[in-house]
Amino acid sequence: MRALCWEGVDKLAVERVPDPRLRNEQDVIVRLIAGTTCGSDLHLIGGHIPAMRAGDVIGHEFLGEVVETGPQVRRHAVGDRVVVCSFVGCGRCWYCANDLWSLCDNTNTNPGLGQAIFGHDTGGVFGYSHIMGGLRGSHADYVRVPFADYGAFSVPEGIDDVSALFASDAVPTGWMGAHLGGVRPGDVVAVWGCGAVGQMAARAAMLLGADRVVCVDSVPERLAMTELHIGCETLDYTATDIEAELRERTGGRGPDVCIEAVGMEADGDGALRRYDRAKQRLRLETDRPAAVRQAVRACRKGGMVFVLGVFGGLADKFPLGALMNKGLTLRGAQQHGQRYIPMLLDRIAAGELKTSHLATHALPLDEAPQGYAMFKYKTDGCVRVVFRPGG
Amino acid sequence: MSRVRRARSALLGAAAVVVSAGIRRWRRRPSRIAPVTDAPGGGRWLTVTVNRPPTDVWAEALPEPLGRYGDRLEIRIRPAPGDRGTELAARTKDQPSRLATSLPGRLAGRDPRQGVRRALREAKSLLEAREVLLPDAPPTAHPSLGGRIVGLLTRRSREEGVL
Ligand SMILES: NC(=O)c1ccc[n+]([C@@H]2O[C@H](COP(=O)([O-])OP(=O)(O)OC[C@H]3O[C@@H](n4cnc5c(N)ncnc54)[C@H](O)[C@@H]3O)[C@@H](O)[C@H]2O)c1
Ligand SMILES: [Zn+2]
Ligand SMILES: [Zn+2]
Repeated sequence: MRALCWEGVDKLAVERVPDPRLRNEQDVIVRLIAGTTCGSDLHLIGGHIPAMRAGDVIGHEFLGEVVETGPQVRRHAVGDRVVVCSFVGCGRCWYCANDLWSLCDNTNTNPGLGQAIFGHDTGGVFGYSHIMGGLRGSHADYVRVPFADYGAFSVPEGIDDVSALFASDAVPTGWMGAHLGGVRPGDVVAVWGCGAVGQMAARAAMLLGADRVVCVDSVPERLAMTELHIGCETLDYTATDIEAELRERTGGRGPDVCIEAVGMEADGDGALRRYDRAKQRLRLETDRPAAVRQAVRACRKGGMVFVLGVFGGLADKFPLGALMNKGLTLRGAQQHGQRYIPMLLDRIAAGELKTSHLATHALPLDEAPQGYAMFKYKTDGCVRVVFRPGG
Repeated sequence: MSRVRRARSALLGAAAVVVSAGIRRWRRRPSRIAPVTDAPGGGRWLTVTVNRPPTDVWAEALPEPLGRYGDRLEIRIRPAPGDRGTELAARTKDQPSRLATSLPGRLAGRDPRQGVRRALREAKSLLEAREVLLPDAPPTAHPSLGGRIVGLLTRRSREEGVL
């Protein structure tokens, strides 16, 4: 079959690889209908996440049709149209049982690697670094889905492919940021990043009753899209002093909940930006945490900062003093999609959550490398590229 | 360029494993502040928590990966606090040699604790999820230097870590 492979730093190629096979009894094989680019892929394409192998198939946000089922699969049958959570959960370890699915104990096939880097291993994810297990990605004609009874969700007929696709990763991630960030009616919420994840976090905050939601980015098309489709306020960090602006808009308090949806390649300004870039290039820090720093400083006393953006290791100049003295809560997570996806599909069907506008571009799988270049450099107003391997 | 950078990013992963092994080794060195109770290279219980009640985890009927060790392993089973299930611990009766527990020994798979870690993890997966998840195969379509290093690490990855 065809698959999009990581070939080295900033190098992708569509290649022929062996078809996936059922390897475990709770697996299904899914034929791809649609898959999409995610900001997390950019971090690994750029070489910021270690333990990639040339030839690894990438991609983790997808929707497809079940074409084969293992003998122990109970909830799915051949022909089901499913959206699949990007993180794989076994459904029965303590973490899955407590709705912390991305922390599953039984789905990372390389636990020693994760433990070496983070102290503990995370759950497995499709098409990512071997630190997070050895599961192939979904930018291909077919993908193997382990523990499908828990991670694959049948899509109701009324929802089109592209709208449902984002329920795999971007929508549950954003929802989790607002939900575990503790957004309550009356809160003011600030979101850093107007990519798909930030936009979905903003929408979730609104649906959870936030009084006011303000999104921060610098890309004009993304700011405009967020205002139009999400319906919240936006700020351009290259045009204004974000902390001052947020204070002014919150009666001097600062946002109650700050959600960071930017990650380890955050842009910034001034000397600190040059500092972060130089240190990251020299591998003296793995992460550029400009948006997290700003969120910690902007957050109201006693507020919550939720980190949705992916970080790989060590970040410098972290304002620990502000965190401690202001009594903040800092929380982060890879997404616990299994907890949210059925509810989110219902909301998409009901029209409460709009996702289709995120798919700014559609390309055949053979043009995926060009699609990623467009996504990375945000050319032509690109927010997400959708690949349709079936054409 | 890409080849060098690819190898470098694989090496970073390798370095992290080695560094963490180094940190653990360093922490094991006898210190004047606190007596270190586990003997170098062995002796410490390797332990996992299984999300099943203690009544479901029987020393006499452990899943095959642990069961096949028979009485070559010491096994300790006790309830975990709260709702956390059962703590399942194992350790080898024989002390491994220093060579076996050295980094080259471990990369070659000579440290007997490696097999115990794998067996504990597999037993836990079987008890909880009824299967041990296998990675996709083959892992990659290309042999490359960096990839081979990552391959070496992932081959040992179920046998290493902080258990
Ligand atoms: N936690 C999870 O499970 C999970 C899931 C999916 C994605 N992610 C992560 O979420 C992040 C966003 O993903 P995405 O797909 O939306 O990516 P994206 O690249 O499309 O969006 C990131 C946005 O951040 C903006 N940005 C850069 N620096 C900024 C700054 N200093 N302040 C404000 N905005 C800034 C960029 O202009 C861009 O619009 C990534 O780090 C990704 O890895 C996490
Ligand atoms: Zn993602
Ligand atoms: Zn689990």
